Amino acid sequence: MIEKEKINWIYKKIFTIRFFEERIKKIAKEKIVPGYLHTCIGSEAICVGVMAALNQDDWISSTYRNHGHAIAKGCELNEITSEIYGRKTGICKGRGGSMHISDFSKGMLGSFGIVAAGPAVVLGAALQEKINKSNKTCVSFFGDGAIHNGAFHEAAGLAKLWDIPMIFVCENNGYAEATATDWHLNTKELSDITKAYDMLSYIGDGNNVFEVYDITKKAINEAKQKNTPIFLEFKNYRFSGQYEGDTQLYQPQEEIDKAKQNDPIKLAKENSSKYGLNKNDLEKIINEAKEEVDKAFDFADTQPWPQPEDALEEVYVNYPVEINR
Amino acid sequence: MTIKTVKDAINDALVQSFEEDKNVILMGEDIAGGKGREQYQGTQDAWGGPFGVTQGLYTKFGGERVRDTTIAEAGFFGAAIGAAMTGLRPIVELMYVDFAGVCFDQMMNQAAKVRYMFGGKQKVPMVVRTVVGAGFRAGSEHSQTLYSLYTHIPGLKVVAPYDAYDAKGLLLSSIKDDDPVIFMEHKRLYMTSCEVPHDLKPIPLGKGRIRREGSDVTIIAIQRMNLFAEEAANELEKINISCEIVDPRTYSPLDEELIFQSVKKTGKVIVVDESNPKCSLASEISSLISEKCFSDLKAAVIKITAPHTPVPFSPPMEDFYIPSTKTIIDAVKKLKDV
Repeated sequence: MIEKEKINWIYKKIFTIRFFEERIKKIAKEKIVPGYLHTCIGSEAICVGVMAALNQDDWISSTYRNHGHAIAKGCELNEITSEIYGRKTGICKGRGGSMHISDFSKGMLGSFGIVAAGPAVVLGAALQEKINKSNKTCVSFFGDGAIHNGAFHEAAGLAKLWDIPMIFVCENNGYAEATATDWHLNTKELSDITKAYDMLSYIGDGNNVFEVYDITKKAINEAKQKNTPIFLEFKNYRFSGQYEGDTQLYQPQEEIDKAKQNDPIKLAKENSSKYGLNKNDLEKIINEAKEEVDKAFDFADTQPWPQPEDALEEVYVNYPVEINR
Repeated sequence: MTIKTVKDAINDALVQSFEEDKNVILMGEDIAGGKGREQYQGTQDAWGGPFGVTQGLYTKFGGERVRDTTIAEAGFFGAAIGAAMTGLRPIVELMYVDFAGVCFDQMMNQAAKVRYMFGGKQKVPMVVRTVVGAGFRAGSEHSQTLYSLYTHIPGLKVVAPYDAYDAKGLLLSSIKDDDPVIFMEHKRLYMTSCEVPHDLKPIPLGKGRIRREGSDVTIIAIQRMNLFAEEAANELEKINISCEIVDPRTYSPLDEELIFQSVKKTGKVIVVDESNPKCSLASEISSLISEKCFSDLKAAVIKITAPHTPVPFSPPMEDFYIPSTKTIIDAVKKLKDV
């Protein structure tokens, strides 16, 4: 039984992420913001379901497709938007941009633009938790494309060998960039790769936020109880292209149409009465989410640009020589 | 007269090399794209790499020679080395040079060294095509140039063309070359164009080019910096300052003679490099000039580079990071008064 407050939180976040990403798609088309944009439409249930099982100070890593993780982890919507707009008040002071939305004070170790860079970093945070006998949960998010990369495998091997109770969360969204997952897998199931490390793994429906939550919660308990890493594979569909502007020629319409039947937002709406939300409750949450997203974009639009020389700040903690142009 | 973009010139050089030599193959992430969805009309060859540079090759030459890979650079870079040693001429695409880190060992410790360390019995005729450069608002992990990272390693050759003519001519040479070559393509230059003769001959590696003759100051410009050097020279011409622009084009080997001749002529030198300043091409070229042309110099060499920071995302900061036409003009004026 999930408490009412959490249910409301889940619904609020899942809609916020969808509205946010739809807005990003729109401004990408209008070329309002600079740089690359990778939206996570179709991943909302994974972002929210996993984060619902975490505390604010638990650690996560994300990727260049990070808006949903950041929103669900509690990063300020205004600061996220301002960052994407390249403004001084952005969450990374305008230095990171959309690909690197991350707030350490909200438990984000980083959003990395290099595929498979995250798992080993989270392994290190989890090692710290172990050595200091602290109990924060450590989760690394990555896509199906990352499972072919050496850095992922090296992190997985060490995590198992060192009995580190971290959670690997693989968003199997059907595509690694423009390559279909069913082509690039060598195993029947993606999570079969964990067999090489004798690592526990579970597969879940990444479109069902409550299933994601449930599996993640159980996995965290089991990992800590058994002192072992656990690999979670959540299956969903990447409705967005690899990046905004991707022609998506390789994603056939019939596949998209079929995936739409399991759209995480659609499922969440259908399940709402089961979780005690009536039509009015749902409408209220949806309106609140919309309003917050609108406000964040209005906010970003009015924010100041960084000064050019701001580029020289915070390269090091301590550097005895002044950095200048 | 045929006007070509850098992007099309590179594609032409690839097609020509594929036609001339059946041992040429191409490997990389989504260099075709749409793998696994071939049964649907229009899905093959959906990308041609993130910038569309290799588009059409899969359709023309087939999946045996044009191979999409998983996101596993260490794997397919290593494979290119073995394939090259045993008779193929692989071209591998490193989607952004910023990803060099995940497969640097293959280039630094294997590709660069096997010939030397195993007694000169084998060769590694492979080409790494990669995308470099800031100015795309792509953030710290997709915007570096890293020219000097590869130039530092004995055994590797490094090429960085500015225009479409050089891009085609130098890529043809790089593919024919028997050593491992890092071929760096600047993302902000892909859509720039110039005349490229259809029957352009390969341009030898190690030969620089005087892009503009002048007598007062020598500007040595690296890749995209040629654009700003040219703009600066045009402005300075109006106030009767004559700039000579030298584009070395290849950094290992480096056409030292061409550089020294220009230094002898002007005695005043500026090196413009988009990279970070420490141990950069700018510092390397500047040090060579100081060592070999000391008596010809009328003033110390001026280096214009990015600052010692990662590439920032936000436009005002990124524009500040990249050397500008104005910085070059100011430096030339300073030297002119010496």
